Amino acid sequence: MVTFLIRRTMLAILTIWAITVLSFIIIQLPPGDFVSAYIAQLQSSGSIVSAQEAEMLRNQYGLDQPIYMQYLKWMGLVFQGNFGMAMEYGLPVIDVIGDRLWMTMVVSVAAILLTWIVALPIGIYSAVRQYSIGDYVFTFIGFIGIATPSFLLALVLMYLGFKFFSINIGGLFSPEYLDAPWSVGKAWDLLKHLPLPALILGLAGTAQLIRIMRANLLDELRKPYVAAARAKGLTERKLILKYPVRVALNPFISTIGYLFPYIVSGSIIVSLVLSLPTVGPLLLKALIAQDMFLAGTIVLMLGVMTVIGTFVSDLLLMWVDPRIRLG
Amino acid sequence: MAEPLTVLREDIGVATHRQLMWRRFRRHRMAMAGGILVILFYLGALAADFLAYSDPLDTEAQRSLMPPRPIHFFDQGRLSLHVYGITGKRDPVSFKRVYVEDPDVKIPVRLFARGYTWRFLGLIRTDLHLIGAEGARAEEALSLLGSDTLGRDLWSRLMIGTRTSLTIGLLSVTISLFLGILLGGLSGYYSGTVDVIIQRLIEIIRSIPTIPLWMGLAAALPREWGVMQVYFAITIIISLIGWTELARVVRGKFLSLRQEDFVIAARLAGCRQIRIIFRHMVPSFLSHIIAATTLAIPAMIISETALSFLGLGLRPPAISWGVLLQDAQTIQTLAISPWLLIPAVPVIIVILALNFLGDGLRDAADPYA
Repeated sequence: MVTFLIRRTMLAILTIWAITVLSFIIIQLPPGDFVSAYIAQLQSSGSIVSAQEAEMLRNQYGLDQPIYMQYLKWMGLVFQGNFGMAMEYGLPVIDVIGDRLWMTMVVSVAAILLTWIVALPIGIYSAVRQYSIGDYVFTFIGFIGIATPSFLLALVLMYLGFKFFSINIGGLFSPEYLDAPWSVGKAWDLLKHLPLPALILGLAGTAQLIRIMRANLLDELRKPYVAAARAKGLTERKLILKYPVRVALNPFISTIGYLFPYIVSGSIIVSLVLSLPTVGPLLLKALIAQDMFLAGTIVLMLGVMTVIGTFVSDLLLMWVDPRIRLG
Repeated sequence: MAEPLTVLREDIGVATHRQLMWRRFRRHRMAMAGGILVILFYLGALAADFLAYSDPLDTEAQRSLMPPRPIHFFDQGRLSLHVYGITGKRDPVSFKRVYVEDPDVKIPVRLFARGYTWRFLGLIRTDLHLIGAEGARAEEALSLLGSDTLGRDLWSRLMIGTRTSLTIGLLSVTISLFLGILLGGLSGYYSGTVDVIIQRLIEIIRSIPTIPLWMGLAAALPREWGVMQVYFAITIIISLIGWTELARVVRGKFLSLRQEDFVIAARLAGCRQIRIIFRHMVPSFLSHIIAATTLAIPAMIISETALSFLGLGLRPPAISWGVLLQDAQTIQTLAISPWLLIPAVPVIIVILALNFLGDGLRDAADPYA
C-alpha cells in the first residue's frame, strides 16, 4: 500500500512538472519575447509603461538569461502566486480567472457523477436482460453517444431546444443570479441548470461505461458461483446485486483516471457552445488575443486540477479495492 | 454476433490465417457495413470536386443563406431531373433575404455536366462534375443543401470539407502510428529503464486534458502561414498527443509475443533481432495494429473538427468539417439557417462507421479466440 501511494504521488508530481513545462512552452510560443509583446499590448490598450518598468519586467522574468533560467524564474513567481497580468483586462490573471476554475470543476465532477448514476443501472439492466428490446435501445443510444463529439451534441440539443421548446438551454445561472453574490438561492439555481451540460459532457463516457459494465457483468453472470447462489434459492435481485455487480464494478471505478481528463477537456469546448461560465471561453479569448500569461496559466491550472482529481480518485479506488491496497 | 459452432465450415482445419480472419470479419455485419461506408467516404473524398457542382469559394451576396432546395425527379409523369427557378428579395422589415421558388420555371439538371475547372489528384485538369444545370451556371441554379452567409454552396463545400477532414485523420494517424510503433516497440522489446520512462511518459500525456493543450499549441501557429502549412502543422499537433493508445497496444503485443515459442525458436536458431522483429513478430500482430489504427482515426477527426470549430485549427479559405460547423456556432444563426448544422451528419456517420469497422477488425485480428 505504501509503495502504491509513493508511486502514485511521484507520478502526480512528475505530471505536474510536465504540465508546468508545457504551459511555459505555450507562453513562450508566440514569436518575439513575451515581455515585449506584453508591453506592446499594454501600450496599445492605453496604459503607459516606462522604460524603467519594462526593464524591471525583463529582469523579473530573466529574459537576458538562458531559457532554463527563464523557466525557473517563472516557476518561482508562480509559486509565490504571481501569474502575471492579463493584458486585455488590465487585471492580475488570478482575478480574471476568479471562480471560473471552480465552475469548470463543478461541471466536470457533475458530469462524472451523472455518468455513474446513469451508466450503473443501465449497464446492469443490459446485462441481465441481454438481447431484450431495452438492451438494443441502450446499445443504439450508446453507439450514437460514442460517435457524437460532445460539442456537436450541445449544438444539436441547443437547436432542438430552441426549435421545439423555444428555450435557450445554455448558461449555468438564471439571468437574475448571473452577477449575484453566492447564496443558497444561487446554489440551487446552479443545481437546476447543471444536469443538462453534465449529461452532454458525460454522454460519451456513459456510453463507454455501459458497454464495460455490460461486458463485465455478462462474464460474471456465467460463473459457477452465480449458479450456486441461484441453486441455494437466493432471490434474483439479491443474487445479482450482492456478488456479480460488486465484482463487475471494479473497472468501473478505475476508468475515472482517464475519464476525468477527457471530460475536463470536453468541458472547454462545450462551455463555448452553451456559454457556461467556465475557463473554456476565457482560454479561447486569451489564445486568440495572444494574452499568453492568461492562456498559459489556465492550461497550467486545468492540468494541475486534473492531476489532483485523478490522484484523489486513485486514493478512493485504493480504499474501495483491497487488491490494490494489499498488492 | 456469435454463431453456433456447428456451422463452422469443414475446411476450418486447413483454412489459412487470412481466410479465417476474413470469415470472422464477414460475420460482424455492422463492421461490414461500417467498412463499406468508410470506403465510400474515402472514394467520395478522392472525387470531391467531381461530386461538388459549384466552386466552393465562389461568393455571391445575391445567394446569401439560401435554404436547401431539392432536385425534382419527375415532370408530368416523365423522368426528368430539374429544379425550380428562384428569385431572392430582401424583406423590407426584417432585412432577411427571402427566396421564392417559381414552379413554372424549370431548370433541367444534367448528369456529367461541365462546371468550374479542377484538377483530379492535383494533376489532370477537368471541368467534369456529376451534376450541373442546363443553360445556367450551377452556382446560380442548384442549392442542394443551401448556402452560407456569403452565398457559398454548402453541398459543394461539404464535399471539399470531407476530403480535408478525412485526409487529416489519415495523415495524423500515420504519424501517430509511426510514433506508437517506435516508442511502444522500444518499450515492449527492451523493457527495463526504457520501458519505465516511456510508460511514465504515456501516463503523463494521458492524464493531461488534451483540448486546452491542443488549443495552446494551435494558437501559436503564425497567422501568416498558408493553408497547406497550417494543414500539416495541425496534423502534427494532433498526432503528437494521439500516439499513446497505439504505443500501448504495440507494447502489449511485444510483451506477450516475446515469450511465444516461435520467437524463442527463432532466437535459438540464431536470427538477428531485426529479423525476429520484422519477420516473425510484426506479421503476427499486424492485424491488431490495423484494428487499433482504425479505432484511432475517429479521435483524430474529432480533434481537427473541434480545433477548427474553435477557430484555432484550419482557417478559411481552407474548408473542413470544423470550419463549416464554425458557421453554426450560435443559436441565432441556427434559428435563421438550421441547414448550416448539416455538416454534423457526416461527422457522426464517419465516426460511427470507423468505430464499427475497428471493432470488427479487432475481433477478426484474433480468429482463434
